[in-house]
Amino acid sequence: MIKAVMMINTQGKPRLSKFYDFMTVEKQQELIRGVFSELCSRPENVSNFLEIDSLFGPDSRLVYKHYATLYFVLVFDASENELAMLDLIQVLVETLDKCFSNVCELDIVFNYSKMHTVLDEIVFGGQVLETNSTEVMKAVEEISKLEAASNAISLVPKSVSGWRGR
Amino acid sequence: MNSIFSGTRLRDMIRSIRACKTAAEERGVVRKECADIRASINENDPHDRHRNLAKLMFIHMLGYPTHFGQMECLKLIASPGFPEKRIGYLGLMLLLDERQEVLMLVTNSLKQDLNHTNQYVVGLALCALGNICSAEMARDLAPEVERLIQFRDPNIRKKAALCSTRIVRKVPDLAENFVNAASSLLKEKHHGVLITGVQLCYELCTINDEALEYFRKKCTEGLIKTLRDITNSAYQPEYDVAGITDPFLHIRLLKLLRVLGHGDADASDLMTDILAQVATKTESNKNAGNAVLYECVETIMAIEDTSSLRVLAINILGRFLSNRDNNIRYVALNMLMKAIAFDDQAVQRHRVTILECVKDPDASIRKRALDLVSLLINENNVKQLTKELIDYLEISDEDFKEDLSAKICSIVEKFSPEKIWYIDQMLKVLSEAGKFVKDDVWHALIVVISNASELHGYTVRALYKAVLTYSEQETLVRVAIWCIGEYGDLLVNNVGMLGIEDPITVTESDAVDVIEEAITRHNSDMTTKAMALVALLKLSSRFPSISERIKDIIVKQKGSLLLEMQQRAIEFNSIVDRHKNIRSSLVERMPVLDEATFNVRRAGSLPASVSTMAKPSVSIPNGVAAAPLVDLLDLGSDDIMAAPSSSGADFLQDLLGVDLGSSPAQSGAAPGPKAGADLLMDILSIGTPSPAQNNTSSIDLLSTAAINNSPSTALDTLSSPAPPHVATTASAGGMFDLLDGLSPSPSKEATNGPAYPPIVAYESSTLKIEFTFSKPSENPQTTNVQATFINLSPNNFTDFIFQAAVPKFLQLHLDPASSNTLPASGNIMQNLKVTNSQHGKKSLVMRMRIGYKVNGKDVLEEGQINNFPRGL
Repeated sequence: MIKAVMMINTQGKPRLSKFYDFMTVEKQQELIRGVFSELCSRPENVSNFLEIDSLFGPDSRLVYKHYATLYFVLVFDASENELAMLDLIQVLVETLDKCFSNVCELDIVFNYSKMHTVLDEIVFGGQVLETNSTEVMKAVEEISKLEAASNAISLVPKSVSGWRGR
Repeated sequence: MNSIFSGTRLRDMIRSIRACKTAAEERGVVRKECADIRASINENDPHDRHRNLAKLMFIHMLGYPTHFGQMECLKLIASPGFPEKRIGYLGLMLLLDERQEVLMLVTNSLKQDLNHTNQYVVGLALCALGNICSAEMARDLAPEVERLIQFRDPNIRKKAALCSTRIVRKVPDLAENFVNAASSLLKEKHHGVLITGVQLCYELCTINDEALEYFRKKCTEGLIKTLRDITNSAYQPEYDVAGITDPFLHIRLLKLLRVLGHGDADASDLMTDILAQVATKTESNKNAGNAVLYECVETIMAIEDTSSLRVLAINILGRFLSNRDNNIRYVALNMLMKAIAFDDQAVQRHRVTILECVKDPDASIRKRALDLVSLLINENNVKQLTKELIDYLEISDEDFKEDLSAKICSIVEKFSPEKIWYIDQMLKVLSEAGKFVKDDVWHALIVVISNASELHGYTVRALYKAVLTYSEQETLVRVAIWCIGEYGDLLVNNVGMLGIEDPITVTESDAVDVIEEAITRHNSDMTTKAMALVALLKLSSRFPSISERIKDIIVKQKGSLLLEMQQRAIEFNSIVDRHKNIRSSLVERMPVLDEATFNVRRAGSLPASVSTMAKPSVSIPNGVAAAPLVDLLDLGSDDIMAAPSSSGADFLQDLLGVDLGSSPAQSGAAPGPKAGADLLMDILSIGTPSPAQNNTSSIDLLSTAAINNSPSTALDTLSSPAPPHVATTASAGGMFDLLDGLSPSPSKEATNGPAYPPIVAYESSTLKIEFTFSKPSENPQTTNVQATFINLSPNNFTDFIFQAAVPKFLQLHLDPASSNTLPASGNIMQNLKVTNSQHGKKSLVMRMRIGYKVNGKDVLEEGQINNFPRGL
């Protein structure tokens, strides 16, 4: 079972986090910080796996991938295949890429709730729901259509990325 | 539409938060936003809810408290519009958890939405349920979810399937309701639904045996066919990851087959062909292919015996190990760790490669490889592998040295073929990574050195040489100090030279130099300094020619800021000065430390590092209960000058300081219970001059301590300068054993080997049961237990009967009790004999029932005894 999904930027700011076991806000922040401090001390060209029993309890594994300014992190237990989890990150990133056409950190920051929609179509309550990014996109687009019809929130246009990050 | 409402838009809030330069500024912005949101919540305007919650979730992610928004989630979920519902459910998943009572309120909304006409609303509800479902909700909503598994839209079907896994995990009783629905999912053509269906079956199989049997009978062949189809299928772009058709489905199927094949030869037989096919045909140049291979290997390992497949599997792992991708090497090491249980030889073939992985720059791989190496070591390869590891210790990263040295130590202790090798390796480790070595490790080293009488000279010289080079390694310094203190004369005179040694010339003052440096170093800790001080005292007698210099060093410590050091310095000074007549006997060489007892203590106090010494010798035959106490002590030591008449004080020091924890039989055999009581008083620092002053063993002790008018420190005088292993072994157990020696239990004297403290097995307001233990020497599996039943009430118990039950790995024999009437405030005894077929693996455990009559009324008491000492 997947225990948590996190996206953390290279400054240690969480950009998206979802925990599938309940944790208090303080605990979540502590874990994010703990994971980040492990990640940022990792050299290049090492494996994508981390032993993090100290943070998440025995038998938990962490796999991460580093894209531009973001770390994508999955935490899971012994019942999941580590290499498959690595591919799952790939699926997630590919989907986001399709969704925002060349995803960047700002897309994720400003489209927080859409990010969750995408994530919920891939990982469902800690289990892998769908691994085909086309299928995921179909579902996400349907949901977006429904939302747009009700005219509640509109997507942030790409021009926002002109804003400078901190 | 946002602009017509008060407050900022979500996007503006994110911008202003991002524009903050400092954390304080950010907190300010968030505080203001939260205040606005609260105000808006109080106004209760339904139009603002959506935006408020969206903001709150962002704030939540940044780590600020957002509990005040929880009720808003529920209101949004209950509202009719899709966007409101969506953000409401999102908030529900992020801000709430299954333990909160607010959740009770949401069950009804969920039920309605699960029956909603809009399938996307149903999807939202399923998703929320799958994330936060509690046991209660699971019971309430299971029928809806079960129905949705048959829904026409595949998106809902797969969500319902995963939601069901959550439900059966929460309420395993519901499993059988889902079995039929799950098996129908296995016939799906849609890959996404198939994955979730297989996942649901896997979950059902792991929690319910009947479901497992059902799937094994009905679905194994179907699953194998599905796996064969996707393995052989043509290119399917939508499910293709790097040339492998749907690796995720592959993996899920293999995982389910693993559960079905495990423990069932027929099912395993059916799947051999397809497993062989997957193992040989899968492309291994991409991560996705390797993921499938990895899962396949795991399945091959788990199913019933198919040895040819296992060879194939281990060869795949061998290929993984030499892969250039770190990730692949990492999982290969993981897997080999499991494989070692099936085929040690096959894994041994990859030893060299694994050893290379210990030196990998990647910490995760290093750690795994080290774990694996320690599993690979056996008597045949221990020398070679240890040498490799120690060589690497010299050049490894600082932060890896701790793990590495701990592993080497445990390997060396476990497999050492001979003592000299053990001592050599330990010295190397201490020299390279002494500051990382745990206390019990170097304590054990001292015990081994003490037992290797023919190596005393060799060891002390080797330590002397090592400490000159590596004086910053604290534990090395400690061991060296102890040995120089004990065997200083051997160091100076080159006694007991071995053929392999180069002769060295060490003068008496060179030896003292080492100790002086240790005691004056600013970063030596208390233990080291205390040990150095004791070593000096010992050397003052061994090196009479420079005893003045030694005295000067001791005197300097009178000014130590550490009270303990100060006091000891004063005491030792007066021993050197005024008590020349007893000094030599006072500082005699330590009697040989009892390895077996030390190991038992160590295993007891440190369950994590159970160590078995290569040569478990009991140096002191405790069984000789009648032997005079001096003989008893001298029996084990070969080269100690026998000074029976004067060794009273020495004995006491050693007894209290060294063997304090080790030998109840000794104190039991010591000059009678009276002296024992005496000792005890001193130990407990009661300080009143005991009436048994005529007992030689305590006089010297008291007079030593009396010099500075503080008899209450007698214990400290004796125990603190004693070798450090006392600190761990004696502290808890020591008192117990001495008390034990006093207790009038006749069985005690007959014991041999390690002793166990008595326990209170049961205690109620009326009855107390104590157990004392002894082990007959011929069979370590057997334990004699003497039960003492003590009546705590003012009434007589009649028809007293004690019954006990034990698990299958134990055998129990009950002797008749000494009486079946238990008088008021009296006691009766009963002997039990327990044979533990899992000796060393499992501890004793016992259930018991006691029946008796009080004033003609039947009373029944029951209990379970879990507090047996370890190692029985």
